[in-house]
Amino acid sequence: MVIKHKWIFKTEAPWSDANQKMLALDTGSWRTERPVLDKSLCNYCGLCALYCPPQCMKDMGDHYEANLAFCKGCGICAKECPKKAYTMKPEGDFTNES
Amino acid sequence: MKAKKGQVSVMMGNAVAAYAAKLCRPEVVACYPITPQSEVAETISGLVADGALDAEIVEVEGENSAMNVVLAASMAGARTFTATSSYGLVYMYDAILQASGYRAPVVMVNVNRETPGIHAVSSGQQDMISTRDAGWAQIIVENNQEIIDQIIMSYRLAEDFDIQLPVMVNYDGYYLSYLNEEVEIPDQADVDAFLAPLKKQPQRPRIIPGAATGCGTHGMEMGYVEARYKHWAAMDRAKKKVDDIDKEFGEYFGRSYGGQIEEYRMADAEFAILASGSAAGTAKTVVDAKRAEGVKVGLVKLRLFRPFPEERLIQALKGKKAIGVIDRSLSFGWKYGPMCVELKALAPQIGSAPILSYIDGLANLDITIPHIGRVVDEVGAAAKGKPYQEVTWIPMEE
Repeated sequence: MVIKHKWIFKTEAPWSDANQKMLALDTGSWRTERPVLDKSLCNYCGLCALYCPPQCMKDMGDHYEANLAFCKGCGICAKECPKKAYTMKPEGDFTNES
Repeated sequence: MKAKKGQVSVMMGNAVAAYAAKLCRPEVVACYPITPQSEVAETISGLVADGALDAEIVEVEGENSAMNVVLAASMAGARTFTATSSYGLVYMYDAILQASGYRAPVVMVNVNRETPGIHAVSSGQQDMISTRDAGWAQIIVENNQEIIDQIIMSYRLAEDFDIQLPVMVNYDGYYLSYLNEEVEIPDQADVDAFLAPLKKQPQRPRIIPGAATGCGTHGMEMGYVEARYKHWAAMDRAKKKVDDIDKEFGEYFGRSYGGQIEEYRMADAEFAILASGSAAGTAKTVVDAKRAEGVKVGLVKLRLFRPFPEERLIQALKGKKAIGVIDRSLSFGWKYGPMCVELKALAPQIGSAPILSYIDGLANLDITIPHIGRVVDEVGAAAKGKPYQEVTWIPMEE
């Protein structure tokens, strides 16, 4: 068999750098509402980042912020946050964004 | 031979499996007990509790969790061990597929037992057969000594950098699981030395806390095709690797099993029987008896079922005048037993000899010496050109 395929994975098993490949899907466009953080309530426990299904929570040093290019608006961060620091707000409230 | 003589004891098959695993120093073990495997889980837990084995035992609520735990631990770089049977094997089916897809070198003992549908708490290979396309290497052993030796060899196969596949070591429930038999337990230092080459290999990729990595998560389009191709190619490479490891094991420990298949009195055999597991031991007795009568019969013991030992079987069976295959399981939708179907796929290369399928030993019904004697007589007659029955359910004709 003549392999013409250009290898995608450098490894034998399909491992890849999640920063490059895991966030490859445009899941941000699925969102109908987004998590908005009240920083005064956040104690930087990291549970939101742990539970986030697409793993798009960015570590900002003293709090976490959703990467909106990938956040699909599922609301799990808001549900799991023990401090109720996230509020899910409709995307319609942010129509002024480009 | 380089190894020193190990300790000789009379041990039950399940205890033997646990001691063999212990000698390989797994770092994470997760087993859920199930008949006829329970003593594997009990014994290895005891070894950890007594301080004989330094491993993390994860107590799980079922087999699905057991496989997910050892899979995750394997992905983090740990050597792992688990054991199951029948319902347990099918309950972890999705995780079995994940383990092979992630190329996690998990070593698992599967104590062969009949599967759900008919509540058969009895021996049979239906469980193993039901996972044959799951992408695992599947090896079947014949006796308690082979259980120990094959578990040790399985770590060399699974963790080989060129292979990276999970390995399932199968042995007959009841017949071996509860059989007390003389075994030689190799010395720990010798097992360490035999497994030492694994440490000199390149590091497998692994999950590292803080570093974002993904595995098996981006299998879309050509990502999927590439991962499957690599898996397929590794399965093909595993065949020769099984032979090489067996040869090396023989040179080191003085015991060797033929690798993918064991050929028993095959060199001058005119026709052959194919069997696996403990039934292959009985078949050797029958072959010896028939040989004493002047019947030129040989036995092929199938050890490696996945990947299927295509080349070795063709080499062993080419030109034989007839072949009888004894299956301890069924492939619903085919008339023939599963191993017979697979052998028939090699018929063009083997030659146009009759291949007779025998279904026997389901539900703990013994594959007896008279049963195999009958197989030898019928296959011998077919070899002489006499008419034959394509499929025979031996217990149904008794």
